[in-house]
Amino acid sequence: MRTPILEVEDLTLHFGSITAAERETVIVYPGEFVGVVGPNGAGKTTLLNLITGYLRPERGVIRFWGQDVVGMKPHQITALGVGRSFQIPQLFLTLTVRENVLVALATREGKWGSAWRPLHEPARVQAADEVLLQFGLLAQADRPAGELPEGGRKLLDVAMAFALRPRLLLMDEPTSGVSAREKFQIMDTLLQALREAGVTALFVEHDMEVVRRYATRVLVLSNGRILADGPPGEVLDDPEVRLAVTGRR
Amino acid sequence: MSQVLIIGVDGLVFASWLFLVSVGLSLIYGVLRILNIAHGSLFAVGAYSGASLVVAYSQAGNWPWGTLLALPAAAVAAGLVLGPLVERGVLRWTYGREPVVQLLVTFSVFLILEDATKLLWGVSPYYAYQPYQLLGQVRIGGIDYPAYSFLLLLVAVVAGGGLWWFVRRTRFGRVVVAVIHDPEISVALGVNLSRVYVATFALGAVLAALGGAFTAPMISVVPGIGVEVIVLAFAVVVVGGLGSLEGAAVGALLIGLVRAAAVHLLPVLELFTIYLVMAVVLLVRPLGLFGRVEVRRI
Amino acid sequence: MRRGGLWALAAVAVLAVAGVALPRWLVFLLTLAFAKGVAVLSVVVLMRAGLVSFGQGLFFAAAAYAAGFAMRGWGLREALVLVPLAVAVAVLLGAVVGLLVARYRDIFFAMLTLAFSMVLYGVLIKAYTVTGGSDGIRIPTPSVLGISRAGDEARLLVYYLALVCTAGSAWLVTRYAQAPAGYLAWAVRDNEVRVAYLGAPVNRIVYGAFLLASGLAGLGGVLTALNVGHVDPGLSYWTTSGELVFVAVLGGSGSVPGALAGAVVYEVLRSYAFKYAPYAWQMMLGAAMLAIILFLPGGLWSPVERWWRRQQA
Repeated sequence: MRTPILEVEDLTLHFGSITAAERETVIVYPGEFVGVVGPNGAGKTTLLNLITGYLRPERGVIRFWGQDVVGMKPHQITALGVGRSFQIPQLFLTLTVRENVLVALATREGKWGSAWRPLHEPARVQAADEVLLQFGLLAQADRPAGELPEGGRKLLDVAMAFALRPRLLLMDEPTSGVSAREKFQIMDTLLQALREAGVTALFVEHDMEVVRRYATRVLVLSNGRILADGPPGEVLDDPEVRLAVTGRR
Repeated sequence: MSQVLIIGVDGLVFASWLFLVSVGLSLIYGVLRILNIAHGSLFAVGAYSGASLVVAYSQAGNWPWGTLLALPAAAVAAGLVLGPLVERGVLRWTYGREPVVQLLVTFSVFLILEDATKLLWGVSPYYAYQPYQLLGQVRIGGIDYPAYSFLLLLVAVVAGGGLWWFVRRTRFGRVVVAVIHDPEISVALGVNLSRVYVATFALGAVLAALGGAFTAPMISVVPGIGVEVIVLAFAVVVVGGLGSLEGAAVGALLIGLVRAAAVHLLPVLELFTIYLVMAVVLLVRPLGLFGRVEVRRI
Repeated sequence: MRRGGLWALAAVAVLAVAGVALPRWLVFLLTLAFAKGVAVLSVVVLMRAGLVSFGQGLFFAAAAYAAGFAMRGWGLREALVLVPLAVAVAVLLGAVVGLLVARYRDIFFAMLTLAFSMVLYGVLIKAYTVTGGSDGIRIPTPSVLGISRAGDEARLLVYYLALVCTAGSAWLVTRYAQAPAGYLAWAVRDNEVRVAYLGAPVNRIVYGAFLLASGLAGLGGVLTALNVGHVDPGLSYWTTSGELVFVAVLGGSGSVPGALAGAVVYEVLRSYAFKYAPYAWQMMLGAAMLAIILFLPGGLWSPVERWWRRQQA
């Protein structure tokens, strides 16, 4: 029996009368690429916020590698090996693209408190440039992150999370705001990098084609509840799922 | 038993003063999300306006009880002039900028007003004792209290009650509450944010000036009285929760009673009680008693 | 970067010569400016983390008074002992105050620091038997490196001490800013949530910056005390802290040379303005700060920085 990388049991959270999460139970195993789909307001981002500690559940259990993490804060959970990218990319807009990755790398090295040697050490710069190359951002390395177009920002956001060498990577709409042609390019790059590094991933996605093509498993959320959980072919062709997600059978 | 009564009365009197000088700060923060450091100088301007009007009025030998009307009149005039001037003239250009920047801007306004006050009224103290003397003393529980303290209590209650009525019962008041809760949705619903901002800032300025004007008869009005007030007002408002009007009242009451107790039981702590209460409350409830958590959406 | 170092060395060399070449009142003024500049650096360090402290006067005064007590209570005279001692007191105080204050940002941080410095002010005034009350205490002439002189020669020694300390602080802060710790503080200002999601403890980063800032403000305070020969509670009053914030904004809120140059310019301007317009000084300060914030947000140093950047390209 493989050890699950992520276990969520009975996760529940309400905002007043709004159900953000209702008794959600999910188990994710190493190596999976789990797509999370559902209509707007279904609670997909809330799920990510809950399991990374940004929100506290009313009820339920969250475990990473068997370790209970409810009550831990995002920086502690991230330090356990969980990386995250955001629906609206969270970057350091006033730093350069390269510096964004350098900061991520320095943190991974545990050097956030180091005040003596410079951030731009040759070894670290080289490592950062490798990451930027993998994500196609090397050409913009010296530009402020604030100047990147939407697609570039998304990529940088994921690149930063990836640079942490997480064991579990959570991505919130990694390809939204990106042109249809670029979507598949990005996902190909991403998934190859993830496979090579042995990283498990959970990604929220609106584009069903992307999900069908890349996910090994799909979770369907609606009104805070998990409607379906299974292989993409099965789940996405289910008329009940189609109704809940798109409003048509 | 009588000591409890004394502490209670002292505490209530001090609490009403604290509320009066703090509520404007809380209101402005709640609506504009700006901590108005210039609040201290608006208080001072209110004190100087009230004091100088009372002195001039009394010297002209008019009906003595009119001094009690002179105080709010001066405060309202000062607030209605300075409030819109500061908001439209300076603050308006900083909306949307980093909070750090807005803080520095209100600090700059504070510096300017401090010296402007010196230039307008000079540096000699103003003694506007007439209203204080006029009301004489009142005997409670065997102790003589200045009746003026109870006038302050009355003014605080009227101000608090007036605000409550304004916020709950008038249309504009409800618009203000909507803006406090969610500026974006308010704009989407057609609220004219600029008008709300000017009006709120003016109201906050009037309240600050009112606090100053009614304080004037109890002290000698000198340069620098605004500084201590800004720190005190901030402490009260922080204890109660930034932006919460009920919080300002509860915070004032809590600090007032604790300070009164300290004065009578542990005098050495008197200076620090307000900061102690603030530190303790913040350690337990980092956002104050009625503060709302604003979780950033990610 | 290396060219920047050359400019800095040149500046230090010029200032070293200036010590013997310039008139005595100007040397005194420059010493004052250097000390203030170091304290301004403390504000800059915090501003780089997105925080405005209106209470650096707390550490400025604490270190100054610590030096005073050590000199009068223990008979210490050697500056090279007094300075580290005073700075240690400031950092210790910062370690305690930081425990509460480093959890906060924006307004709370600013006002809490203001409150703390005003509390010290109150204590310094009230405890007059120990602190001399509003009159303060006189500081005897220190010796530097064992050399003991009197009058102007002593002042010159303090000038050189201040010059070395200022250059050292500038170097330290620059190194910090270029290191991961400095970048992470900047990142906290830019996007605190992202920093947490990189696995870095945000409050500890702020605490570290706060400790550094308390040490720098303390250094400024003890140098001022040794130079002026007197300490009083005004060092902890809000106007002192406010001045530091003003100079930081003047110099560009994030730049080390800007802060130091700003301190010198400010000190010179202040001595003239105070003579001719003592009741309009704060107003001019406020108006100047407003003008800079609204029209030249990079501070007066930003044109220099832009020129510098173009030279590098």
